Amino acid sequence: AKTRDSFAGKMNDLMARYRKVDEDFFEELEELLIGADVGVETVMELIDELKTEAKRQNIKDTSELAPLISEKLADKLDKSGEDNTIQHAADGMTVILFVGVNGVGKTTTIGKVAQKYKEEGSRVVMAAGDTFRAGAIEQLEEWGNQVGVDVVKQQAGSDPAAVMYDAIQSARSKGANVLLCDTAGRLQNKVNLMKELEKVKRVIQREIPEAPHEVLLVLDATTGQNAMSQAKTFQEATDVSGIVLTKLDGTAKGGIVLAVRNELDIPVKFVGLGERAEDLQPFDSNQFVYSLFKE
Amino acid sequence: MAFEGLAERLQGTLDKIKGKGKVTEADVDEMMREVRLALLEADVNFKVVKKFIKQVKERAVGQEVLKSLTPGQQVIKVVNEELQELMGGEQSKIAHADKPPTVVMMVGLQGAGKTTTVAKLANHLRKEHNRQPLLAAADIYRPAAIDQLETLGKQLDMPVYSLGNQADPVDIAKGAVAQAKDEHRDYVLIDTAGRLHVDEDLMGELQRIKEAVQPEEILLVVDAMTGQDAVNVAESFNEQLDVNGAVLTKLDGDTRGGAAISVKAVTGMPVKFAGMGEKIDQLEPFHPERMASRILGMGDVLSLIEKA
Ligand SMILES: Nc1nc2c(ncn2[C@@H]2O[C@H](COP(=O)(O)OP(=O)(O)OP(=O)(O)O)[C@@H](O)[C@H]2O)c(=O)[nH]1
Ligand SMILES: Nc1nc2c(ncn2[C@@H]2O[C@H](COP(=O)(O)OP(=O)(O)OP(=O)(O)O)[C@@H](O)[C@H]2O)c(=O)[nH]1
Ligand SMILES: [Mg+2]
Ligand SMILES: [Mg+2]
Repeated sequence: AKTRDSFAGKMNDLMARYRKVDEDFFEELEELLIGADVGVETVMELIDELKTEAKRQNIKDTSELAPLISEKLADKLDKSGEDNTIQHAADGMTVILFVGVNGVGKTTTIGKVAQKYKEEGSRVVMAAGDTFRAGAIEQLEEWGNQVGVDVVKQQAGSDPAAVMYDAIQSARSKGANVLLCDTAGRLQNKVNLMKELEKVKRVIQREIPEAPHEVLLVLDATTGQNAMSQAKTFQEATDVSGIVLTKLDGTAKGGIVLAVRNELDIPVKFVGLGERAEDLQPFDSNQFVYSLFKE
Repeated sequence: MAFEGLAERLQGTLDKIKGKGKVTEADVDEMMREVRLALLEADVNFKVVKKFIKQVKERAVGQEVLKSLTPGQQVIKVVNEELQELMGGEQSKIAHADKPPTVVMMVGLQGAGKTTTVAKLANHLRKEHNRQPLLAAADIYRPAAIDQLETLGKQLDMPVYSLGNQADPVDIAKGAVAQAKDEHRDYVLIDTAGRLHVDEDLMGELQRIKEAVQPEEILLVVDAMTGQDAVNVAESFNEQLDVNGAVLTKLDGDTRGGAAISVKAVTGMPVKFAGMGEKIDQLEPFHPERMASRILGMGDVLSLIEKA
């Protein structure tokens, strides 16, 4: 409730400057949302809806419109009755695959998630599926050391699908509850690399038919409109089940997830708020909507 | 649809104009709305877009455009010219000190591509300019950052200066410059840890490195997919460090890369290089003209217009 109040506070600020619902007000609202990287199309759609609604209800005062704005924004983020917690295996090992473009925070997020499961008392194994980027295996190993979790790896340059196969066997023999699979960053327009990712997923599926139980697409909050293209293509290739929005500790607002959520129906599950193991939180849509309007 | 090019965006408006005897200011307004959307969808900062549209409008309502036989194409042409102007037509080169070594510092947000760009730039300097660089591993925070640079150094067969991850990055930078002097190396390329522009401690660290080694060149590495926040980041790094130029990475993706315009328009810093892939030979000098038509989503449309 507190975040809602603060959100209202930010809206009031806008309302104070524009008391009347007019073109200028809508223009400023539009800029506010675009400035937060909310998808251009989603913003236009939202503004249109608001204009229609204002007309229909004969709203002249901006203060009357305020609740409608936050409501509509939150609506776009939260589909009712939806579960944005992590899906686990009914019995046996839960496999989570992390995918995304280069440098968004996949490996770091895996370290953070490993820490969370470790704290809950789960037995966790991580798979070093990025065999391409320089130092990627060592990076995951350092996270493994820090969090106290085993890493299954092969040599740099080896086939990532083979690493996953290995990791599943090894995690099973260790009696692990959770297997976290790292993959190399890849831009969504690289057809071969997307095919490679499909193969990685297929190999996991062949070993455990219900797996991966989650495919988490990691999106960087500083990313603009391109995040939409990322979400579309990764969803096609790997049937993404959730989003992790990283780097929200910076000044970027990550508003593009509104558009992603709105158009593709993928729930946001976690947000990254820093580089340390503890800087990961479950997604809270109210908090998120509030921070869109934060200076 | 997102990512429609400007030409496609204007099509509807253009069809309407075709049937008319003359083009009015209202028609131009409508075209400008489409231009605005195209730029916003390319992630050009909204404040920059606002100013830009105003400027283009002034030119576009001028007689040359309205009275021409192809007003729509003329608008595209004006927009393109103004964009190029905004981005700086000339290609900017990397600094070169009179007395070697030339010290270059790579800075930027987390994951932008600094470490990779250090390796790429080293490769570029050796291949295109016959220079011998030394790489310096001054990221002591990110897990395995030093391993990453050392692996790249091996790929390049180039030396990497490191003091491990317990040393002060300032000492690492100083040590690297001293070694480069001893060994008569031409360049020292310092890899720094990714950091937020609002992180006072870590920004202070960069200032101390700068103070200590007086780099000829501080390059801000910017991910081409960055959205509206690009201006905040660039402005802030520039204020705190007086940055000499930018490198735009990950341009091998399908992003329009409006961040390029935002950064240049707001800070004035030229974009010097473009990262076109993950491999060490995938760095190119930046071409503002090509970037302008990419942002507009024009493909080859422009060259067709030029010929018409
Ligand atoms: N400020 C901040 N930095 C983060 C966050 N998550 C990750 N990072 C940093 O972002 C950079 C890239 O993170 P990685 O985990 O290596 O990203 P990746 O997606 O695995 O990268 P590739 O494997 O190269 O594609 C590192 O410097 C991380 O410390 C976050 O939530 N906030
Ligand atoms: N496709 C593509 N990937 C790139 C490019 N430049 C860098 N990358 C990738 O982006 C990711 C991050 O690159 P790094 O060089 O580790 O980035 P960084 O800025 O040093 O990251 P931190 O040190 O964690 O802040 C890696 O996966 C790189 O391979 C580029 O031009 N194109
Ligand atoms: Mg990684
Ligand atoms: Mg780095």
